[in-house]
Amino acid sequence: MEKHITLPLTEEIAKTLKAGDTVYLTGTIYTSRDAGHKRMCESLAKGEELPFDPKDATIYYVGPTPAKPGQVIGSAGPTTSGRMDAYAPTMMSVGARGMIGKGARLPEVVEAMKKYTGVYFGAIGGAGALLAKCIKKCELIAYEDLGAEALRKLYVEDMPLFVIIDCEGNNLYETGRAEYLKK
Amino acid sequence: MREIQVSAITDVVERLCIEANTHLPGDVKCAIETCRACEDGAIAQGVLDKIIENYNIADSENVPICQDTGMACVFLEIGQDVHLVGGDLREAVDEGVRRGYGKGYLRKSVVADPVRRGNTGDNTPAMLYTEIVPGENVKITVGPKGFGSENMSAIRMFKPSAGLQGIKDFILETVELAGPNPCPPMVVGVGIGGTFDKAALLAKKAIMRPLDTHNPDPFYAELEEEMLERINALGIGPQGFGGKTTAIGLNIETMPTHIAGMPCAININCHVTRHKTEVL
Repeated sequence: MEKHITLPLTEEIAKTLKAGDTVYLTGTIYTSRDAGHKRMCESLAKGEELPFDPKDATIYYVGPTPAKPGQVIGSAGPTTSGRMDAYAPTMMSVGARGMIGKGARLPEVVEAMKKYTGVYFGAIGGAGALLAKCIKKCELIAYEDLGAEALRKLYVEDMPLFVIIDCEGNNLYETGRAEYLKK
Repeated sequence: MREIQVSAITDVVERLCIEANTHLPGDVKCAIETCRACEDGAIAQGVLDKIIENYNIADSENVPICQDTGMACVFLEIGQDVHLVGGDLREAVDEGVRRGYGKGYLRKSVVADPVRRGNTGDNTPAMLYTEIVPGENVKITVGPKGFGSENMSAIRMFKPSAGLQGIKDFILETVELAGPNPCPPMVVGVGIGGTFDKAALLAKKAIMRPLDTHNPDPFYAELEEEMLERINALGIGPQGFGGKTTAIGLNIETMPTHIAGMPCAININCHVTRHKTEVL
């Protein structure tokens, strides 16, 4: 099914999304990848606050190229999500609900998604020039020293995504392939 | 003896870093478009359409095709009758990468130490491969290599008794394990023979070879076709969402090896298989 979703990603909205849905996302999302997640989880362990309010937040696993003059952001496709598996359950435990990336997740992430009503969206890996077109605003909010890995607040309009894993644990990587092999 | 200034190599490397990252080679585009025409699933078609739209945007706006603009793999084939003058070759190549990644607004993805990390800030050093060949030219190829796919690569030291079956099983097993992670449809480079390190280099060279060519040995050319077909029967599909197109190409490179061994390396690349060559 094709769905247009406006963020924040509330529990109510999350429950309506099913693996295999095509979703066009509009609203504010945050970027973070390996080093940013490590730092955020270290902050949480020390009882410190995150650089943004994690409640119902959606995090995009991306390290964009530098913006050319006149551009909002450079090319900005997803990175492999599995490297954030160690941190994703912690992020969901403080309220973050949406994850945008590509590639397989560990069972413990899927369990956390069921527990906290999380959604894992897939963006098309390697389509960074296209995805950058949906990003209308970009603001650096923390960890500037990490360069491409710094935390950014983005405003996206109709970002084309697929629901890969829904909050019930259904997985498009399993169902999509099984369906093809049945043919 | 022909003299070539290393600064000329810097200029070429700079240009190739930018061009390779913004313009996908014709053979790769052609392979993607052929696969798009064969797909019948709505999601698979939609994904391939977006991939095509993406490289068209990169072409027309001169922006990076993918945000992972890779480590700069630089291959130099240096004619034995060339005398490189005017500075240090290694530094000249790195300077080309530094300038290309700076002026081209490409992402700096290199850390100075594998364990302690720390971004070098300019995407240097290049992964430099030099080879001495006959003649008086220098052939320069830049192949930016992303790591989503690099991480799914594998190497195995087979016993010779494993034979062809062992290699076939290893290729399928590696692609299966990679699954959706390397941004399928992928390009699979297979290196067989040599030593541990040479097998890996052969696999890297295999992904740099145009997808509309075959191994000149008919035995391996047939193996390329057979394995591509079997990979695409796995059903992983574009982005792993299911479909006919798991790989758009598979190239095999080989060399002689030891009586006791049969090394096999598999280098995985994504659909953004970039490389650009210039001859000085």
